[in-house]
Amino acid sequence: MRPVQRRRMVWVLLILLASGLATTLVAFALQRNIAYLYTPAEVLRGDAGTQARFRLGGMVVKGSFERAAGSLDAHFVVTDGDAMLPVTTARILPDMFAEGTAVVASGRMQDGRFIADEVLAKHDENYVPKEVADKMGQAHTKHDVVVPAPGAP
Amino acid sequence: MLPELGQILLVTALLMALLQTVLPLWGAQRNRAAWMAVARPAAYAQLGLLLGAFAVLTAAFVTQDFSVRYVAENSNSLLPMAYRYSAVWGAHEGSLLLWALVLALWCGAVALWSKRLPAQVAARVLGVLGIISIGFLAFLIFTSNPFARLIPAPLEGRDLNPLLQDPGLIIHPPMLYIGYVGFAVPFAFAIAALLEGRVDARWLRWTRPWTNVAWGFLTLGIALGSWWAYYELGWGGWWFWDPVENASFMPWLAGAALIHSQAVTEKRGSFAGWTLLLAIAAFALSLLGTFLVRSGVLTSVHSFAADPARGTFILIFLALVIGGALLLYVLRAGALGSDDPRRGFMPTSRETLLLANNLLLAAACGMVLLGTLYPLLADALGLGKVSVGPPYFGTLFVVLMAPLVALLPFGPLVNWQRDQASRALAMLAPWAVLAVLLGVIAYFMAPQGALKTAAGVTGAAWVMLGTARFAWTRLRGNGRFTAEMIGMLLGHGGLAVFLAGALLVEALNVQREVAMAPGQTLEIGHYAVRFEGVDHQQGPNYVADRGHVRVRYRDRALALLHPEKRQYASGGQTMTEAGIHARLSGDVYVALGESLGNNAWAVRVHIKPFVRWIWLGALLMALGGFVTAADRRFRRP
Repeated sequence: MRPVQRRRMVWVLLILLASGLATTLVAFALQRNIAYLYTPAEVLRGDAGTQARFRLGGMVVKGSFERAAGSLDAHFVVTDGDAMLPVTTARILPDMFAEGTAVVASGRMQDGRFIADEVLAKHDENYVPKEVADKMGQAHTKHDVVVPAPGAP
Repeated sequence: MLPELGQILLVTALLMALLQTVLPLWGAQRNRAAWMAVARPAAYAQLGLLLGAFAVLTAAFVTQDFSVRYVAENSNSLLPMAYRYSAVWGAHEGSLLLWALVLALWCGAVALWSKRLPAQVAARVLGVLGIISIGFLAFLIFTSNPFARLIPAPLEGRDLNPLLQDPGLIIHPPMLYIGYVGFAVPFAFAIAALLEGRVDARWLRWTRPWTNVAWGFLTLGIALGSWWAYYELGWGGWWFWDPVENASFMPWLAGAALIHSQAVTEKRGSFAGWTLLLAIAAFALSLLGTFLVRSGVLTSVHSFAADPARGTFILIFLALVIGGALLLYVLRAGALGSDDPRRGFMPTSRETLLLANNLLLAAACGMVLLGTLYPLLADALGLGKVSVGPPYFGTLFVVLMAPLVALLPFGPLVNWQRDQASRALAMLAPWAVLAVLLGVIAYFMAPQGALKTAAGVTGAAWVMLGTARFAWTRLRGNGRFTAEMIGMLLGHGGLAVFLAGALLVEALNVQREVAMAPGQTLEIGHYAVRFEGVDHQQGPNYVADRGHVRVRYRDRALALLHPEKRQYASGGQTMTEAGIHARLSGDVYVALGESLGNNAWAVRVHIKPFVRWIWLGALLMALGGFVTAADRRFRRP
C-alpha cells in the first residue's frame, strides 16, 4: 500500500471503530432509559411486567384522593375508563394535579399498587398530554366517553 | 379598524418578501444590476411593515381589544401593563409574528452591512433570506393569523398563561428567537456560496461575526429559559432534557461547532465543505426546533394548543428548505474543489484538534436529536408510547464532553498545520497536575458525591488554567490581544465556570420534601430552615398563600424567604413561586407544595451549591461570541 492509501485506511478504520462504539453506547443507553407509557387496563393485563419502571397514564378518579393529615403520603386512583389502579406517592404533587384530570406518573408496581416517584400533571387547564389522550382515546371508543382532545381550547 | 390594518401590513410584507426573493435571485443569475438592487429596499420595506404589524398587535393588547381573538385568549383586564407587552409573544400566533419580525430585523441588518460584498453575493444572500421569510409569513397568514376577529367580542379575556407572567419570560423568547433566526444568515451565505460555486476566505470573514452574534444570543436565550424554569416551575432543576429544551440545544451545539469550523476555513482554507454543511445543519435544526415546539407532536412543558394543519405546514416547509439546501449541497459541493493540498495538516496540529471539537459536538448534537425524536419514531413504528429519560442524555453527554474538555486547552496553544506534541504538553503539564490536585482536595472535602465533585473541580480548573496559560503566553509575547482572542478566552473561561456549576450542583445538591407545621425546623447540614407559617396576600390578578421561612447558616441568620402559591383569578390556575436566597456559593431554595391541613404545608427545600455559576458561565460564553464578532479584521473589505 502506498502511504496515502495506508493513511486513508487508518482513517476509515478509526471512523468505523468510533461509529461502532457510538452506536453501541447509544443503543445501550436508550435501552436502559426509555420508559413505556401504560394505562391501568394494560397494567392489569400484564403488559407492563412486574419489575420494570414504567409510566402510568390516565385520569385521577373523582373522590379517590386522600392524604393523612400532616403527612406527604398521598393515595389516589387512576383510571382509563376500563380499569382502575391505586397509586401511592410520597412526593409533592404538581400544581395542576386535581381529581378528574389527566396525570402521568413514573414508578413501579408493588403489591398491586403503583408506587410513583414522580407525578406530572397537565400544564394548563385545557391541555391533556397527547400520548395519554391517544391511549385513552383507544380505551374510550368502546365506552362512548368523551375524551378531551389533546390541547383543545 | 387597527387589526385589519395589521392584516394588510402582513400581506404587504409577504409581497415584499416575494420581491426580495424573486428579482434579486434572478438578477444574480442573469447578472442584472437593476434587479439585484431591489433586494435592499425590499428588505427595509419588509422590516418596516412587520414593525407596523407588531405595533398594531401590541396596541391591541395595551388597549385590551378583546374583539381580536388572540388578545381575548391571552390577556385579561387585570393583567399588569408589563405583561400586556410580553403577552404579544405569549402564545402561538404572536410568537410566530415575533419570529417573522426578528427575521426581518436580521434581513435589514444584512442589507445595511453588506455594502462591501460583491453585488451578486449580497443579492443571493438576501434572496435566500427572503425565501425563509415567505415561508413564515405565509404560515402566519394562512394558518395562524394573530389579527383574526372574535365577533361578538367577549367582555373579558381569558388571561395570559400564568407560567408566562414573569419578568424572565419577557426577554427569554426574543433572545432565543434572535439566536434561532440568526442562523438563517450563515445558512443564506452557505446557499449563496453554493449557487456561486466557490468559497473564499473573504466570504467567510464576512459571515463569521453573524454566526458568533446569533450563537451569543441563542446562548443567552437558553440560559434565560433555564434560569426561568429553575425559579418558576418550583422543581429546583435547571435543565430537564425536555424536548423543547433539546430543540433549542441542538442548534446551539451545531452553532458551537460552526463557529469553530468557520474559523478554520477562514484562516486555513480547510474544512470548507464541512463548514457549509454545518451552516445548513444549524439552521435546519432551528427550523426543526420550531416545528417540534409549534406542532405539538411531542409532549412537553412548552406544547401549546396543537393544530394538525400547522404541523403539516411547517413539516412541508422544513422538507422544502432543508431538502432543497441539501440537494444543492450534493450537486454543488463537489465543484467547490477539494481542500488545497498545500493546506494539509499533520495529526498534531490545531486543525486536528478543531476537527475533534467538531466531531464531538456533532456527535453530541446527533445524540440529542436521536433521544428527542426516538419517542416519535417508536410511536410511528408501533413500538408503543415511550419517553427517553434524562439519564440517557446525561450519560452520553458526559461521555462525549469529557474528551472535549480534556482537549480544549490544547487548541489555542498548538500551532496550525504541524506542531510538536511535546511542546504543548510541556506547557500544560504543570497546570494539569494542579487541576488534578485541586480535584483530589475537593474529593476529600466533599460531604457527598465526592467523585462528581472531584470531576467538576478538575475539569473546570483544567479548562480555566489552560485558557489562562494561553493568555499568559500572549502577555509574555507582544502582549497584544485581538478581539477574537479575547472572545475565545471569554468563551472557554465561561465553559469552565459553567462546568464547575453544573457538576458541583449535580454532586452537592441536597433536596428534601417534608410536611412542615408552623414553628418546625428542618436541619440540612449547617443550614436550619424554620417554617413560620403561611398568610394570604392579594396580588394584581391573583391571591397568594405566602409562606414565611427563616433560614439560618451555622449560627447566623441568613435570609427570610417568601415562597408563594398563587391562585390566578382568571382560570383558577395555581402557580408556585419559589423563595430563593441566591449567593455565588450556592442558593437556598424553598418552594411551597400544597396545604396539608392544620396550617401544615408540604415544603420543598433545596440547597444548591454553585448553581449560579451555570448561568454566569453561559453569560460569559455569550459575551465571548459578541466580543469575537467585534473583531476589526472582520470589517476589513
